[in-house]
Amino acid sequence: MKNWITTTATALAIALGASVASAEEELVVYHWFEYIPQELLDKFTAETGIKVTMDTYDSNEAMLASLKAGGMGTYDVAVPGDYMVKIMTNEGMLDTIAEGELKNKGNIMEQWLDVPFDPGRKHSIPYQWGSTSFMVNRDVYKGDINTLAILFDPPAELSGKINMLDSQGEVMLLASLYLGIPQCSTDRAQLKALNDMLLKAKQHWASFNSDTAKEVLVSGDVAVGMIWNGFGAKAREEGANVEYAYPREGFNVWMDNVVLLKDAPHRANALKFMDFLLEPENMAAVTNYARYAAGVKGVEPYLDPVLATMPEQNPPEGAKGVFIEVCDEAVQKVYDQIWTNVKK
Amino acid sequence: MAGGGGTGGGVSASTYAGLRYWLLLPSWLVLGFIVLAPVGVMLIYSFLTKEFRGGVIWEFTLDAYDQFFFDRGLFGDEPPKIEWTYILIFWRSIWQAGAATLLALVIGFPTAYFIATRPERVRPIWVFLITIPYWVNLLIRTVSMKFLLRDQGPLNDFLIWTGLIDTPIHVINTDVAVQIGLFYSYLPFMVLPIYAAVERYDFALSEAAADLYATKWVALRRVLLPSVRPGVIAGCILVYVPSLGAFLAPDLLGGAKNFMIGSLIEEQFKGNAGNWPFGAAASMILLTMVMIILLLFARQQARAEREG
Amino acid sequence: MAAGRNDIRTYRGFGTVTYLCLFILYAPLIVVAVYSFNASRSITIWEGVSLAWYRDVFTGPESAKFKQAAINSFSIAAIAATLSTMIALSAATALVRGGRFGLRTLSFGLISLPLMVPEIVTAVATLIFFSAIGFTRGYLTILAAHIAFCIPFAYMPISARMQGIEESYEQAAMDLYATRGQAFRRVLLPMMMPGIVSGFLLAFIISLDDFIITNFVKGAGVETLPTAIFGAVKQGIRPNIMAISTMLLAVSILMVTISYFVSKSDDAR
Repeated sequence: MKNWITTTATALAIALGASVASAEEELVVYHWFEYIPQELLDKFTAETGIKVTMDTYDSNEAMLASLKAGGMGTYDVAVPGDYMVKIMTNEGMLDTIAEGELKNKGNIMEQWLDVPFDPGRKHSIPYQWGSTSFMVNRDVYKGDINTLAILFDPPAELSGKINMLDSQGEVMLLASLYLGIPQCSTDRAQLKALNDMLLKAKQHWASFNSDTAKEVLVSGDVAVGMIWNGFGAKAREEGANVEYAYPREGFNVWMDNVVLLKDAPHRANALKFMDFLLEPENMAAVTNYARYAAGVKGVEPYLDPVLATMPEQNPPEGAKGVFIEVCDEAVQKVYDQIWTNVKK
Repeated sequence: MAGGGGTGGGVSASTYAGLRYWLLLPSWLVLGFIVLAPVGVMLIYSFLTKEFRGGVIWEFTLDAYDQFFFDRGLFGDEPPKIEWTYILIFWRSIWQAGAATLLALVIGFPTAYFIATRPERVRPIWVFLITIPYWVNLLIRTVSMKFLLRDQGPLNDFLIWTGLIDTPIHVINTDVAVQIGLFYSYLPFMVLPIYAAVERYDFALSEAAADLYATKWVALRRVLLPSVRPGVIAGCILVYVPSLGAFLAPDLLGGAKNFMIGSLIEEQFKGNAGNWPFGAAASMILLTMVMIILLLFARQQARAEREG
Repeated sequence: MAAGRNDIRTYRGFGTVTYLCLFILYAPLIVVAVYSFNASRSITIWEGVSLAWYRDVFTGPESAKFKQAAINSFSIAAIAATLSTMIALSAATALVRGGRFGLRTLSFGLISLPLMVPEIVTAVATLIFFSAIGFTRGYLTILAAHIAFCIPFAYMPISARMQGIEESYEQAAMDLYATRGQAFRRVLLPMMMPGIVSGFLLAFIISLDDFIITNFVKGAGVETLPTAIFGAVKQGIRPNIMAISTMLLAVSILMVTISYFVSKSDDAR
């Protein structure tokens, strides 16, 4: 009983103490689960004396919902994906980084400097980028896997053994690529075709699951699994005979970015944190941890050598990676309707 | 009413009648402030215009309810027909949750009874044993449950080894898996209320029934069951109602190929849809539905008590 | 006790079902416990015995986070379960022993409300509400939310139990000049104990396990066990999480075992 009281008292002290401690230098980061090594945060604190507080989310949309429901003004930086940077910009949720405020801005790779979702990098810096495609168990299927037909019109031996990511944006993109129609198409015939194709394809799918996307491949529960490349690499490293496909119709490329939030309570520290991440050595630490790719020059010497030859990390020449486009409201409404039709 | 006992008839207990408002005050304060107020927020939101990508615009509209009940085609410009999609999703959840509750009752009642008839000294230990697994996070338990139930999982391997079956039983990604997921998420919530009621039961009543030549099973049905009914009802409510809105365990085990109410609503707030008013409206419809079920149940209960 | 075959209290098969029930509850945890000793990171492939993940829990870079999360989780669960059990007991007394009155159905509806609203809705709505009235998110907002949604889970077993206790016991005590307070404390409360313990335990595990609401109302820097480990599970359960779970399980089973032997020696005396 006494212990219990002590614990309670400690907990209350911590709760009350939290508001007192804010006097020291601080930074509040809103980040994905399991996406930055604790060691790196400790290093930042050791170098700058800024204490990092981190809060986590599990989807771009969950982060948006939480910020919209009243989270603005409590966080300094967040790490949205490409299309979400655009959405947040449209919503006016991002602060502008003036020219010269980031001394390491020059470290950003040329190709990631002028990106469609943030031209000129006014609000964000690159964090990690990767791709979304699918993996096929080579014990089950030995044919050509570099086509999206594996997901949407699979050969008989793969039918009923497919796991899809439970993510509307990525499934819709791959489906559009498969049909050869533009993203966010406003053409009714094309949208109708998209709807019908997905309804038909669903019969071949075993499940929608993002959380155990890796497990089901490793265990052999499914023979085909839609997956992110870094996550897929882990599935292969755990011993499954799976191969990451680069479909010729195209596949999804995405990039997560560190953004400066409007009303950031510690704006100066946020900029220091961004500069810190733009140091090649530090960004390489993230890459080694997350198994995706950095958007910063000069990381190579610090990278885990395995990454250089990893098939999931090195698409073949000419592979066509495509960013998810942000659809307007009318098209998004049809997309939502299609998604509901698929999952009803 | 299930929670109130004997709303309709019988002698009304009233030792604390004078104090009743004081006794209710803490729950009114806490629930009114922390639950009712947010539900009020959602009720208002369900009548507001949706803001693209989440959030609301403060303009009154019935769009959210219209979307729920009327089908205007893929592009929203056809003449309205009755929308079956969401009714289907609700119906699916209603019967999946019902099946899970039944399963929990079939396993939970004998368990609760067995515990209640152990020597008094060891009963608390049994009660702890039932709840301890729930100290471990639901997600972890569910993922390992999935591992156990796999086609090539230990359970199927074992059954094949014993020769009971030849080919693996396919459970994962089926309706049965959804029910197992729900059942497993809430099992102790069935056992403990029933235990609390049976523990109080006076077995002299069963003995009297036996003296009157009732078989044991008749005694169970006619004498024990009516007197522990509040416990059974409490258990069923605690399993059934949360099951209606649950999605994590059923999705993980059942493959999430079809929306449940919980995942449909989740999608409106955390998914691409970002349609808060619709999520709010679906919640309000769920809330109304559960309220009606509970009320009908309470009325029938009251009638049964009057007659019995 | 006489557990003979013809004992009216014993039903054939009930014991078997109970052990089946325990098996269902514990089987997944046995998997977790076994794989926490796995040398590999995988839950599906066995690569030999190792204690590496247990070391990682105590010395790894995240050990401080997990320790703090465990303290938060258990203190919140203990406080929330205690308060919600007290609130539920008080409400049950009013609704079961307070006679018939107009607000009774309404009060019951209010108490069951947290059960009926999907968690994500409560989460978003509570966050909107808290930020509208200017609450800073943190330990206290989690606690407040947990107390509220634990109430129905504590209430149901307590009220079910109270309905099974005839009012005549308290009436008799009061006829013998006990005050109403004495009748409650000395007569009703001891008889209520199994219901109260059940209610407390259900509230406790509900609070301990909550992720969705907590994640929205917790604010930055405050973690509970579910929020701290959720990400690690989403990426495919990491073995250090299995190690933490196994230790939790071991500690709780140890506690129960000790209490069993303590109660046994009490009996012997």
